[in-house]
Amino acid sequence: MNGSASRCRRAWWLLAAVLAALPLAAPGFHLRLATEIAIMALFAMGFNLLLGYGGMLSFGHAGYYAVGAYTVAILTRKAGLPFASAFLAAPAATALVAWVTGFFCVRLRGYYFSILTLAFGQLIWGVIFKWTALTNGDDGIVGIEAPALLASPAGAYYFTLLLTGACVALLWMIVQSPFGRTLLAIRENTERTQFIGVNVNRLRLCAFVLSATFAGVAGALFAPFDGSVFPSFAFWTRSGDVVMMAILGGMHSFLGPALGAAIMLFLDHTITAYTEYWPFVLGTVLLCLVLFSPAGVTGLARTVAARRRAADRPA
Amino acid sequence: MAGALVDIAGLRKAFGGVQALSRVDLAVREGDVHALIGPNGAGKSTFFNLLTGLFPPDAGRIVFERREITALPPHRICRLGIARSFQRASIFPGLSAFENIHVAALARAGASFRLHVRAGGLAAGEAEELLATVGLGDRAGLPADSLSHGDRKRLELGIALANRPRLLLLDEPTAGMSPEETKGTMALVQRLARERGITILFTEHDMSVVFGIAQRVTVLHQGQIIADGSAEAIRENEQVQRVYLGEAGWFWE
Amino acid sequence: MDLSIALNQCLSGLTRAGILFMLASGLTLIFGVARVINFAHGSLYMLAVYLSYTFLRLFGPGGVGFWLSLGAVAASLALIGGALETGLIRRVYGRDPLQQLLLTFALVYIIGDVVKFVWGITPKSVSRPPFLEGGIPVPGGSFPVYNVFVIALAAAVGAGLWLMLARSRLGWLIRAVAADIEITDALGVNVPRLLTLVFMLGGLLVGVGGAAAAPLTAGALGMDVEIVILCFIVVIIGGAGSLLGAAVAALLVGLLESFGILLLPQFAVVFIYALMAGVMIVRPWGLFGVPGRS
Repeated sequence: MNGSASRCRRAWWLLAAVLAALPLAAPGFHLRLATEIAIMALFAMGFNLLLGYGGMLSFGHAGYYAVGAYTVAILTRKAGLPFASAFLAAPAATALVAWVTGFFCVRLRGYYFSILTLAFGQLIWGVIFKWTALTNGDDGIVGIEAPALLASPAGAYYFTLLLTGACVALLWMIVQSPFGRTLLAIRENTERTQFIGVNVNRLRLCAFVLSATFAGVAGALFAPFDGSVFPSFAFWTRSGDVVMMAILGGMHSFLGPALGAAIMLFLDHTITAYTEYWPFVLGTVLLCLVLFSPAGVTGLARTVAARRRAADRPA
Repeated sequence: MAGALVDIAGLRKAFGGVQALSRVDLAVREGDVHALIGPNGAGKSTFFNLLTGLFPPDAGRIVFERREITALPPHRICRLGIARSFQRASIFPGLSAFENIHVAALARAGASFRLHVRAGGLAAGEAEELLATVGLGDRAGLPADSLSHGDRKRLELGIALANRPRLLLLDEPTAGMSPEETKGTMALVQRLARERGITILFTEHDMSVVFGIAQRVTVLHQGQIIADGSAEAIRENEQVQRVYLGEAGWFWE
Repeated sequence: MDLSIALNQCLSGLTRAGILFMLASGLTLIFGVARVINFAHGSLYMLAVYLSYTFLRLFGPGGVGFWLSLGAVAASLALIGGALETGLIRRVYGRDPLQQLLLTFALVYIIGDVVKFVWGITPKSVSRPPFLEGGIPVPGGSFPVYNVFVIALAAAVGAGLWLMLARSRLGWLIRAVAADIEITDALGVNVPRLLTLVFMLGGLLVGVGGAAAAPLTAGALGMDVEIVILCFIVVIIGGAGSLLGAAVAALLVGLLESFGILLLPQFAVVFIYALMAGVMIVRPWGLFGVPGRS
């Protein structure tokens, strides 16, 4: 028992070391991919607070990602504010939007919740698309610059890694807290949770806002990294992407969604070279997952590990 | 009524065209073990649901400890000191037995929204103690959905107790249990009522259970109270006997 | 407001309502009976519109061609609906509703790309059949005959559905399954076959709605999600499983959209969202829905 715990810890340290040393070893392209994976991993893990831990499937999370990205873009490019203020404003703006939309969504259960989140996500997309005075509409906002220190690939990488790491630590804390436990209870039996004295709607709203805010931070990280933002950031297919990441990686594990993000981005970069029908591939993969392995890749891994352990046991 | 823990007056509830409860007046005395009996469809579950705030009544008032709770939402009523169990054991299937009770203890401690502390450090001892009280101490780590039916009902009792209620509503607490389990559960309920000063209002179909531990009995029939009094008085009541003997499958000891 | 403008908006709103009703009725029926929320409903609508384009080119643009095409599209969508149920959706019936949502969501991706593959990315438009061209003179201008046809068609579909559900044996069976699936099964009714039939009926309705809508809207990529959201809003406002609710809600949404365009051209959709928000706060199970059924 002790051996596996310390082996686990050593694995973490190894991972941390690899991540820290990456810029020294990897060429620019791979570093950029790693940065993008980190951002998407944050997006997916924040999303999974709602899905895996809260049992709420949101199909409009890209909307909050876009709010974060556009806040940075608009404040730096249109209002001329310094990057730091814009970056700090992004999660605040996202939380506000999420609080308003979430207020309606959390009052519904099951399908209704999911549909409404989709509707609000599209509403956000529509606002971004049509309010051209503020957002440049379909042209998007380009030329977003991070301060010099963060502009180089290595700088952007470390900045993203640091922030993602901090957010992941926060997520871990949330999940281990009484709040996290009660969220699990809501997932398991919403009605019963009311009857132990918990204001379910209020807790769901808090979880919703927290989850959306992490998405907003991811968006705020992406804006200076990529340099431009477009309305498509809020489109439902982006929301579907993050659902895929969580399901693919395994929504019942803490780091599953991060793994899913890595897999998705790898596939995205390799498959789009061969075909423009990436959605078809995605849809088929999701279909197969639902039909054959709902627990995603980590679920598969756990099943294999369990089978191996059962086989290893003395007869 | 003076000294009443719960005072219910003029309660009415209809669903669609069906009058589930019509003019129910009931008082539950503090410290009593009070049974609510009646044939299926009499309105017992509706009554419990109204009392715990699942939906509001069409008319009437519910007063608990001199505070009106008629239209309050379930979580508020729970915080005021009323806990309940359900006919079909309503637990958290994916959580362990310990976690089931722990999350309820956290809620009672007002800690459900705390983000910055470890859950394991709060109210854990209390949860362990409750788990042992209901006899599930050795099954703490098992997922709740792997527990037997009887264990689940006891787990639910533990969840309800975690709320430190002053009024405990038990909806058919021994349904589906073997005779030994039934005896054990009811002995536990009786002991808890005495030791912790909890008032118990429960529904039951098993008359031996009812007359075994209840001090007061109220009889509900087609949404109306047809008898209310001490256990002995109800036992002798002719009208009540007629109501039960008229229903198929009823025994009267 | 000018009376002629009001009348015009009213009529165009009714047209929109008619299409929405035909689509939403299929969605609400499927939900009421099978308890499945079909995200791919909008994708099926998109498929219907594109298929209309193809069938009209096959059968010719005349009156006969129009009716043949309508029938062919309806039949195709009925078959597709039944195939989806038997092949895929059936496998996730007992499971977590999350799985059902994800399955139909995956279908949205797949069908969307199938359409892109078969028909390409340029929008496809069809013209109205010659016998339905022209306009009816109304104060302030003229109102297209075709739109009146759509309104009449929607009313006929609604009446037909209602008659079928209320009077026919099939309708009685459908209502029985919707009320209590286990008891109906225990009574010896072939429930799986009935479920397939209901999905086929849903497909048929989408087919008719899509074929009717084709001359009014170009077939373009992205229309699937756009319409499915509106359909869901109609079902939410009207109450899931209620045909009357679908009709009333479709009317409300259609009219609100038309009049909303007058006031806020770019953001007419805001009014619809406001209505939905209002309904959800006051009556979360919809105007004609059943509380507790979600």
